[in-house]
Amino acid sequence: MQQALFALSTIIIGVFGCVAYFYFSNLLLDRMCPAKGPNAGRNINRANAIRPWLFVFPALAILSIYLLYPVFSTAYLSLHDSGGDFIGVGNYTWLAQDEKFRESLVNNLMWLLVVPAASTFFGLVAAGLTDRIKWGQLAQSLVFMPMAISFVGAAVIWKFIYDYRGDNQGEQIGLLNALVQAFGGDPQAWITLPFWNNFFLMAILIWIQTGFAMVILSAALKGISEETIEAAYLDGASPLQVFFKIKIPQIWGTIAVVWTTITVTVLKVFDIVFAMTNGQWGTQVLANLMYDWMFRGSPDFGRGSAIVVVIMLLVTPVMVWNIYNAHKESR
Amino acid sequence: MADLKLTDVVKSYGNVNVLNDIDLDIKTGELIVFVGPSGCGKSTLLRMIAGLEKITDGTLEIDGQVVNDVPPSQRGIAMVFQSYALYPHMTVRDNMAFALNIAKKPKAEIDAAVDRAAKALQLEPYLDRLPKALSGGQRQRVAIGRAIVRDPKVYLFDEPLSNLDAALRVATRIEIAQLKEAMPDSTMIYVTHDQVEAMTLADRIVVLANKGIAQVGSPLELYERPRTEFVAQFIGSPAMNLLPGKITATGAKTEVTLDAGGVATTEIATTEADMGRVVNLGVRPEDFVIADGDAIFEGEVEIVEALGEVSLLYLPAKMSVGEGADSANQTHLIAKLPGIHDQLKGQRVRLTADPSKLQIFADGITMRT
Repeated sequence: MQQALFALSTIIIGVFGCVAYFYFSNLLLDRMCPAKGPNAGRNINRANAIRPWLFVFPALAILSIYLLYPVFSTAYLSLHDSGGDFIGVGNYTWLAQDEKFRESLVNNLMWLLVVPAASTFFGLVAAGLTDRIKWGQLAQSLVFMPMAISFVGAAVIWKFIYDYRGDNQGEQIGLLNALVQAFGGDPQAWITLPFWNNFFLMAILIWIQTGFAMVILSAALKGISEETIEAAYLDGASPLQVFFKIKIPQIWGTIAVVWTTITVTVLKVFDIVFAMTNGQWGTQVLANLMYDWMFRGSPDFGRGSAIVVVIMLLVTPVMVWNIYNAHKESR
Repeated sequence: MADLKLTDVVKSYGNVNVLNDIDLDIKTGELIVFVGPSGCGKSTLLRMIAGLEKITDGTLEIDGQVVNDVPPSQRGIAMVFQSYALYPHMTVRDNMAFALNIAKKPKAEIDAAVDRAAKALQLEPYLDRLPKALSGGQRQRVAIGRAIVRDPKVYLFDEPLSNLDAALRVATRIEIAQLKEAMPDSTMIYVTHDQVEAMTLADRIVVLANKGIAQVGSPLELYERPRTEFVAQFIGSPAMNLLPGKITATGAKTEVTLDAGGVATTEIATTEADMGRVVNLGVRPEDFVIADGDAIFEGEVEIVEALGEVSLLYLPAKMSVGEGADSANQTHLIAKLPGIHDQLKGQRVRLTADPSKLQIFADGITMRT
């Protein structure tokens, strides 16, 4: 009860605080630069130059405090050891030689190659197949559904799918093992199989991101002029040729945006690995490695921050390209 | 190179019939124009011939072969769309070569065909451009070029000029006429709602109305001998005046006494049985002349629109309202006189017309035989 009241009062103070800020700062500006008297013209110009900054100031301030400051702070931390002493690039040289870091880098690279490609491909196929049929909407909502599930929630669901019971632990309850047994195979502890377990984890993210890719690509497909498709059929193209030679080239920009958006998500992948294996059995990824160093055992903020900086450097170019493409699309 | 034959063709969407019992014979080398008010199904009929819409009932034959279930690409047709439908990601050359590439023709043959079409359509400087870098008229020519390259048996045009501005429309219309002349063996079907396009391009016009064909004929046939009031009013601008009246003398020359008082003698033959029949007298605005003596109609000129080479006079009158009429036709008689006549505003005039050009319609159908 007390918490609810606290939350409510926070909301009220926040909302009214904003209103009060905009109202009074605006009023103050009008007082300082009155639109009358001998300097009316200059005052109006001056007030108009200041007013936009007044209004975007809160947003700018919050963005810098919560986005920019941590960036610099992290970079600063990454140059210090766990005791807070400056060690230059020491953490980075350590990273370069660390076995787990290399494993994470390789795994991240695999995620990067597989997940965006697979999600975009399945999304495109789903969008293409559901584009012009009656129950396409229903199929699309089903494919989209996993998007509504949190990564951790999804991991829990898939934990049951990959579940394995040892010899004395009774009957198998995992869906995958049920399938394998139905076809006469032996049950496996899927998420401990080295190398392949990475792909079982990737399947989860693909399952989630396919819906996202499908929705965006389906909207793009609907935007293609119907007449160009009819013209292609008249020109003798088969449905597959129409799809690959007419439809896909026309939505190429959207495909790039979807691809890069998923790439950014993949580079930051954490929850799924954290919940499924916690990086054991050769499934470590950068974000989870960072979490390990930051918050587990004897925390080393320096090494954790160094890993964060690496992730950030990897994400930035993709992000820039993504924004560039999205801009091109919207023009 | 191809005859088309439509027999009892029907199109319906669920329970809604949009076209009924279309019968039409199109001969090799003809340019047929479908005209009709919007929503009359002219585009649907064209798309059925193209194979983009299923034929609900009846048969479509091309060169004596029933093609109802033949896919569009194997019917030997090419279509030019209203929106051009160029592939936006391909250059002009690739747009024109697409069909031949799909058909896996040898590269030399494709290049030769594209170059020939580009030359004929003056597109050579633009072959490496994307459609978005072309003007509307150039895009339209690429769309036509894409059709020519395929060397089809039948060309289909779906309102190809409606997205062009007025000056370009006239120029492109003439280009299409020249194109037709250069390919006398190609059959062309052209859909438009613009009757100037229909009158200038067509060998024969098909007027569609009320889910069916109202009349098929050469442009002048439709103009001079319209079979129904609808066709009479749809062809010609401003639309034909329909004046209600009664037959008061029959024989080789039929006399119609108008409800408004005037008397018109026509060269249409009727029999004794038609005496006293309620009819509409049809007079084209351009056939009226100012008379000194006997007149078909006498009234006061309410409005004069002086267009320079002609003047349109609007005289309030009780008109017979047909579905092909525009709104001015329903309340005013319109006369189109050569020259400038703005001094006639407010004056009473007597109008008459050449008896051979008058039409009589009974129950909406012509009494000419």
